Amino acid sequence: MNIRSRWLNFGFQLAAVFMALVFTTLVLVIAQGQPLEAYKNIVIGSFGSPGKIADVLVAWVPLLLAASGLLITFAAGLWNIGIEGQITLGAIFTTWMLRGLQDSTVPPAMIIGMGILAGAIGGAVWASLAGVLKTFGGVNEIFGGLGLNFVATALTLWLIFGPWKRPGIGSMSGTEPFPQALWLPQIEGFRLSVWSLVIGVAVLILVFLLLQGTYFGLQLKAVGKNGRAAFLLGIPTSRYQMMAFFLCGAFGGLAGAIQVVAVYHRLIPSISSGYGFLGLLVAMLVNYVPLWIAPVALFFAALNIGSIQLPIVLKLDSALSGVLQGALVLFVLMMDGVRRQFLEKVKR
Amino acid sequence: MDETLLIGLAGVLAAAVPIIFATIGETITERAGVINLSVNGTILLSAMAGFAMAVNSQSVLLGFLTGAVVGALVALIVAFASITLKQSQVAVGFVLALMCRDLSYFLGNPFMGLSGPRVPSMPIPGLADIPVIGALLFRQDILVYTCIILVVVVYIWIFRTRSGLILQGIGERPAAAYVRGANVQRMRYLYTILGGALIGLAGPAYSLSIKAGWKGTISGLDGVGWIALAITIFGGWNPIRASIGAFFFALLQWLGLVLQPSLPNIPSQVLQVAPFPLMILTLLLVNIGNAEWVERTLAAMPEKTRRTIARILRSMRASPPAALGVPFENE
Repeated sequence: MNIRSRWLNFGFQLAAVFMALVFTTLVLVIAQGQPLEAYKNIVIGSFGSPGKIADVLVAWVPLLLAASGLLITFAAGLWNIGIEGQITLGAIFTTWMLRGLQDSTVPPAMIIGMGILAGAIGGAVWASLAGVLKTFGGVNEIFGGLGLNFVATALTLWLIFGPWKRPGIGSMSGTEPFPQALWLPQIEGFRLSVWSLVIGVAVLILVFLLLQGTYFGLQLKAVGKNGRAAFLLGIPTSRYQMMAFFLCGAFGGLAGAIQVVAVYHRLIPSISSGYGFLGLLVAMLVNYVPLWIAPVALFFAALNIGSIQLPIVLKLDSALSGVLQGALVLFVLMMDGVRRQFLEKVKR
Repeated sequence: MDETLLIGLAGVLAAAVPIIFATIGETITERAGVINLSVNGTILLSAMAGFAMAVNSQSVLLGFLTGAVVGALVALIVAFASITLKQSQVAVGFVLALMCRDLSYFLGNPFMGLSGPRVPSMPIPGLADIPVIGALLFRQDILVYTCIILVVVVYIWIFRTRSGLILQGIGERPAAAYVRGANVQRMRYLYTILGGALIGLAGPAYSLSIKAGWKGTISGLDGVGWIALAITIFGGWNPIRASIGAFFFALLQWLGLVLQPSLPNIPSQVLQVAPFPLMILTLLLVNIGNAEWVERTLAAMPEKTRRTIARILRSMRASPPAALGVPFENE
């Protein structure tokens, strides 16, 4: 790409961001809210105090993990919509491991480590199910994944209200919280754990290296770009697709594990908090370039945390963040199409 | 037949109606070669918008019209982004599925918990008194009647008329249809928008009838759209088979509620989602005949077993329109 087309690209993306903002502002006007007040509150609600910034980072980590994992499946040409369920299963496996070991003599640090590992395995197993359905059953990964998401939710509810219910009666507030010894160490006075930040960033770097610098990454992209051609050239396509599912699921499972050991300290019904679907948006928005995930995911996390302020201060629904996030991706996709058509016309 | 059972089954039929609307809409869209993945968001947004309009105008009809317009508009975005701008249909649809959901929660906030008009029950005189069938089919509201007629009409249209044949053509072999004089792009626009309008009827069918009212995130509608997408596949892009799938799904959810008291160890939330694993299983059964390894395994079997298994698989199997999701360029 030469410099001119790069600037052109940038211009179209800037226009897309502008249009998304205009759209969201219009929505705010329709809802009879004051747009500037709303945006101001989102900024204050996300970066207004050290505590808020810490909360944004808490939301950033699972988003980083999900989006990084999804880049692998996207590279293989797969739409891993089952990521929500993979995060959930990660959380379930972690809870299971912690429950099993919490009364044993195993040192707490070891239990936490094994819990996180179990989470990664849980996510990978769930993703492999979608992979098996796809490669051996001919079930499109979108529908297999969606179904598995619902099953994962059912499993969580069953565990919370059934075998893992709190002493007395099970409730939507989740399972019995774990003792503080089994929490991932947090920064004094904040909900944020440095360890989860380290895991999130490490996975992002790992995925970056995997996709940009390895033979495996190259072959994976070949499978994604043209599966038939890759197969004819001797790449075992279904095995590569399975591996992509497995890795993405493992990273999604890690996100679930961190939700348990570092954020909620128990299993709650909506443990994935929609981070999987949001991760899909992030992965689309960065146009599948790994390093852009960090800032975009941070922005999305800030929107999520900042919008919590809206119902409290302005009596507006916090779903506004989702509107802006969706509008951003939608307009970036559309402007990309406009740019291509424009370039084609210029060429002629 | 037991009276309570009959009333229950009649309720199941009514509960299947919105899913059938959405599934028929998606079937038409996909038959034309376009995937509209936004169904879940479309249903929520049209449910909210239809309810808001009905509350303001006190007119159920205007509520449904609003729902259809919302569905058509969302479908127009899918069509424009995928057909004209050549972006991935799946990507655009997925983004819209999430965005429209949040839009409905955000804009629907002032309408939460309000009471609005409802579709009135409309027993058909004479027919309603027929034993069993009367209670099941003819003591319903106009939605159920419309829905049954729609299924039959769409079936006949797709498989028995010339324009239905062209619809199949632009989804199966767009190039051939183009050569025969069909304007593929324009028809794909048309059928995507038409399908979207039908999907948009599903929303008000909930908010003005089955689950009357708007309750934001606890409306219980989030997820229905994804089911409608799955049922479209299960239905093999055939309106009648799809509506049987929708009815079956509604039946399972109802059974979950009915069986709840006799299964005290299983929380009600689990039974509510019980149809989903079954859905995956049926998707697997419908699709597995298409897998290569199955054909290879079958070929290695003794003649008699091979025939029986192949026949069973073929009866369940459904293949998508060949050009589903594939952009078409008329050059």
